[in-house]
Amino acid sequence: MTQSLIPTTDEVMLRDAARGFLADASPVSALRDNRDANRPFDPGLWREMAQMGWAGVLVPEDAGGADMGHRAAGILAEEMGEVLAASPFLSTAVIAATALRAAAHARLTDIAGGDVTYALAVDEGTKHAPEATALRAAASGNGFRLTGQKRFVADGASATRLLILARTSGSPGDAQGLTLFDIDADRAGVTRTARPTIDSRDHAQLDLTDVAATGADVVGTLDDAMTVLRPALNAGQAALAGELLGLSAGAFGMTAAYLKDRRQFGRTIGSFQALQHRAAHLWSEIEITASAIANAGRVLDETPEEAALAVSVAKARATATAKLAVSEGVQMHGGIGMTDDFDMGFFMKRARVGAEWLGDYGYHAARVAAARGF
Amino acid sequence: MLDFSEKPERFRAGITTWIEAHCAPSLRNRAPSDHQICWGGKCWTFDSDAQRDWMQAAAAEGLTAPRWPVEYGGAGLTRAQDKIYREELARLGAPTPLESFGLWMLGPALLAFGTHEQKLHYLPQITRGEIRWCQGYSEPGAGSDLASVQTRAEDRGDHWVVTGSKIWTSYADQADWIFALVRTDRDAPKHKGISFMLIDMEAAGVTTRPIRLISGASPFCETFFDGVIVPKVDENGNSRIVGALNGGWDVAKHLLTHEREMIGGGARGLLGGRSLGAFLATQDPGIMADPILRAEAMMLEIDSLATAMTLERYGDMARQGGVGDASAMLKYAGTELNKRRYELLMSVSGSDGVEWDGPQGALAPDWLRTKANSIEGGTSEVMLDILSKRVLQLPTQ
Repeated sequence: MTQSLIPTTDEVMLRDAARGFLADASPVSALRDNRDANRPFDPGLWREMAQMGWAGVLVPEDAGGADMGHRAAGILAEEMGEVLAASPFLSTAVIAATALRAAAHARLTDIAGGDVTYALAVDEGTKHAPEATALRAAASGNGFRLTGQKRFVADGASATRLLILARTSGSPGDAQGLTLFDIDADRAGVTRTARPTIDSRDHAQLDLTDVAATGADVVGTLDDAMTVLRPALNAGQAALAGELLGLSAGAFGMTAAYLKDRRQFGRTIGSFQALQHRAAHLWSEIEITASAIANAGRVLDETPEEAALAVSVAKARATATAKLAVSEGVQMHGGIGMTDDFDMGFFMKRARVGAEWLGDYGYHAARVAAARGF
Repeated sequence: MLDFSEKPERFRAGITTWIEAHCAPSLRNRAPSDHQICWGGKCWTFDSDAQRDWMQAAAAEGLTAPRWPVEYGGAGLTRAQDKIYREELARLGAPTPLESFGLWMLGPALLAFGTHEQKLHYLPQITRGEIRWCQGYSEPGAGSDLASVQTRAEDRGDHWVVTGSKIWTSYADQADWIFALVRTDRDAPKHKGISFMLIDMEAAGVTTRPIRLISGASPFCETFFDGVIVPKVDENGNSRIVGALNGGWDVAKHLLTHEREMIGGGARGLLGGRSLGAFLATQDPGIMADPILRAEAMMLEIDSLATAMTLERYGDMARQGGVGDASAMLKYAGTELNKRRYELLMSVSGSDGVEWDGPQGALAPDWLRTKANSIEGGTSEVMLDILSKRVLQLPTQ
């Protein structure tokens, strides 16, 4: 490893710029507004993010991107997590961009320009399991017919394009025999059903019935989706871990401020050692998780083929830390923390969705165990 | 003489050649169990001529204290050069030429608070490995509440008379001198009446007694001062007090922070000892079919890897200019993690683990010893106090 885990000057500037922008353009109240307006995200906000180069953060410069790398993508995700900014960033700028980049795909330019948004449709059961894919892409003439169901598709109702993992050979459970298709979200035979989730973000169920696709829709190689999907999932998992770290810091910031302000029994509750030690423990957990996330970005940038261990440590840590941060957040706020008028609930709900998306703690712990040989 | 060039690549090339020339192959890449740390001091016996030659060669270049100024026996390296030096030592499997409480603790205290004359006298003795120091902080009645130390130094005109006892004085029975917190003003508030005093262990009235722990023999001692005479100005014209009279608490606080920062700098790796992976490789693989053991092992591995990254990150932060009180987090997290690791190793080894000297060697004593990790150098609870008060700035009332 050549990079230090301390941020570079450029990274500090990127973080400051993102923080400044998001504080104005997307405070936590924007999520509340979206929810109350029944809107999964604000397209105007995403346009502005694209203009700042965030949509092209992982797109090569010759395709119109900023090509800032995974550490930078993680920093942006972290800052968005801190204010719960809702955007197609992870689905489009991180996951789809990495998959298309691995396949040297022409549509990368559209991603960088903010002209398309993507959703990745992988899972069919209640847990993340790409290899379990059963959705069938049957050969038909010169092309394919896709039939089956995908669940828990993030940004699935609003995306303009869909990356669909389909089985072209073998049987559910095989890592081989899978093919990744890139199709228009409005293609005939695609039914998208919004499945409102607790975090007020866009999640959908996709039902595909005899959806026509050609070889031109295949990303990468037939029967070998994992070559392009694995890096995309690693990138998405690392950035999601970054979002959860930011979320943890956001929830912790609110909690620490409350401990300094709230008075009971004639004293500030932050003066009680029972609460001080819990706050200090939580802060420690956040610091340790931050190191794992910086490392995941570093490994993805330097030796992406070896990223599985670093990424899974980051996602597992981020999942656990976010759970602690929001649980302590509600408990230390007491009754007010349970009210919908107060923002802590938004953090708790997004943490739970983020815990499940792209592999839960157990999924990533198993990857760590496999990488460490036990 | 080494060329301490400013250019990193030239420096690296030079230091590599120098290490290879002076650190004998017999010293390099030794298993931790065979590797005897070189502590130096008047009663030190080198484990080989090679160990002596290596320490003396390093001392001649100031490389036993790479960051200290040249005039005080150091090499005057920059942070970046020091990092390169340590990287090359690690890469070549060369042991640190000298380790001691003088290098770790007294030296930094003298550099920050000592007079030029004190530095000139005491620091080169440390870098040359001639004088071995021990630390006299805790007392039977002053553990976490360190500022309540009662060992007193009474003013008798041209000298002090020191009476009291210290506990947990590591290697006091092998040390030549002790730096101790003593009460020089019994009427002042407890933090304001303490001085940081240097005492010759050969002085009349100093005795030591080793402490046996639940894990067996230990380097810890009790040290007793029974009317020990300490000159105010010694034969070299130096005061035996570092920093201001009654200003010892400032020195102690500075040192405690420095000590925890060094943990972050990797001076004493918290993640050393038996690794989980290596340990499991010696066990029946079937043991990991136990779902609880398996889950604990997975969680421990995740937390260990993340903590290792944190030590690296904080180490880089420390080299770039300091971590300060946040270093208490490393002490807290690292020691709690180490205790978890040894609990798991004991569970994995089953009944073998509870034998005093079973198939795993002395696993049980190692496990028992980890219980002190979250007590020594400041308890976990004191670390959490530091974090909540100084880093999070939570209110006191």
